[in-house]
Amino acid sequence: MALHVELVSVEREVWSGEADSVVARTTEGEIGILPGHAPVLGQLAEGYDIRIQQAGGGELAVNVSGGFLSVTDEGVTILAESATLPGESAPA
Amino acid sequence: MGAQLSVYRRRIKAMQSTKKITKAMELIAASRIAKAQADVKAARPYEREITRVLSALASQSTIDHPLVNEKPEPKRVAILVITSDRGLAGGYSSNAMKAAEALAGLLRSEGKEPLNYLVGRKAVAFYKFRSRPIEDSWTGFSEKPKYEDAKKVADTLIEAFVKDTADGGVDEIHIVYTEYVSALTQAPIAVRVLPLIVEETDEAPVDGPLPLYEFEPGPEALLDALLPRYVETRVFAALLASAASESAARRRAMKAATDNAEDLIKSLTRAANAARQAEITQEISEIVGGASALASAGSE
Repeated sequence: MALHVELVSVEREVWSGEADSVVARTTEGEIGILPGHAPVLGQLAEGYDIRIQQAGGGELAVNVSGGFLSVTDEGVTILAESATLPGESAPA
Repeated sequence: MGAQLSVYRRRIKAMQSTKKITKAMELIAASRIAKAQADVKAARPYEREITRVLSALASQSTIDHPLVNEKPEPKRVAILVITSDRGLAGGYSSNAMKAAEALAGLLRSEGKEPLNYLVGRKAVAFYKFRSRPIEDSWTGFSEKPKYEDAKKVADTLIEAFVKDTADGGVDEIHIVYTEYVSALTQAPIAVRVLPLIVEETDEAPVDGPLPLYEFEPGPEALLDALLPRYVETRVFAALLASAASESAARRRAMKAATDNAEDLIKSLTRAANAARQAEITQEISEIVGGASALASAGSE
């Protein structure tokens, strides 16, 4: 079973897809999310990457600032003020 | 060439160059509408998600937070009016300002004091000319608003809201902006942003019941962090919708101007032709008259 992940920033949807797991750091500490995780709403700590283990293999480390993490039965939604995918230049 | 005819020719030329300008502005505005609408659409997922998350949070904790609490006797009310920086957009800016005036009148009748927060040079000029007090104003981004712009505006508003009324704070915040209904219709509307009315999701129930969240950190701390973001998002959405409306209004105004210029050129061309013909007719009759006068002088 895969985890549906949506990463949206204020100006656009940055990334969405299936993942095996998501690791993030909230203000309370690191949290790892596997499929079937209980619903959680968390505020992300500044300066840490979110690591998305993609379903097809490969890890995506996304630099997020000013973000929230919402885990529901349908999947994971990451709300960010700005998010930069690896290989993308930081938004000016 | 007769004086009359050259006047017509000059006016036709002037009209033609006016038409070129308005046509160019029409095309530019038309291309901006598409871009602005794409921006509105791109910003929607975030808006939808944050509304959903906030609704879930609000439904689970009895919210007791300065940004949601209705103050017992609201006295000072901030109105954020969003207009354009440039003119030539038909009634776009003045319609938004009229809506703001109506809202201010309504608030005054309820015994509240409206305070003006302005976006766009047009609003600033309007209020300055009437020497009305301006609390704060922002200009320079009406056509292409960025999130940072919305943040600047929202931060000022939130700061004023959190302050005590006695220290120059405000009790309510309203936004007047122009909703993009269609390419032909843009309607100015006024919405209250603070204190928050958290349930206004028109589409949320479709997704089924809201999830039973665990909170990290606690609900209070989350609200502290989420609510300002929500206000920023609302301001940003209003700015984006207004930008789309502005371009649509400008396109329509410039289309009307181009059509008018075309009509004028047509009727001026007709008048010029008539004048030219009249000149020719007169010249002929002068020649004929002159010739017959000579002929009759010779025969005597």
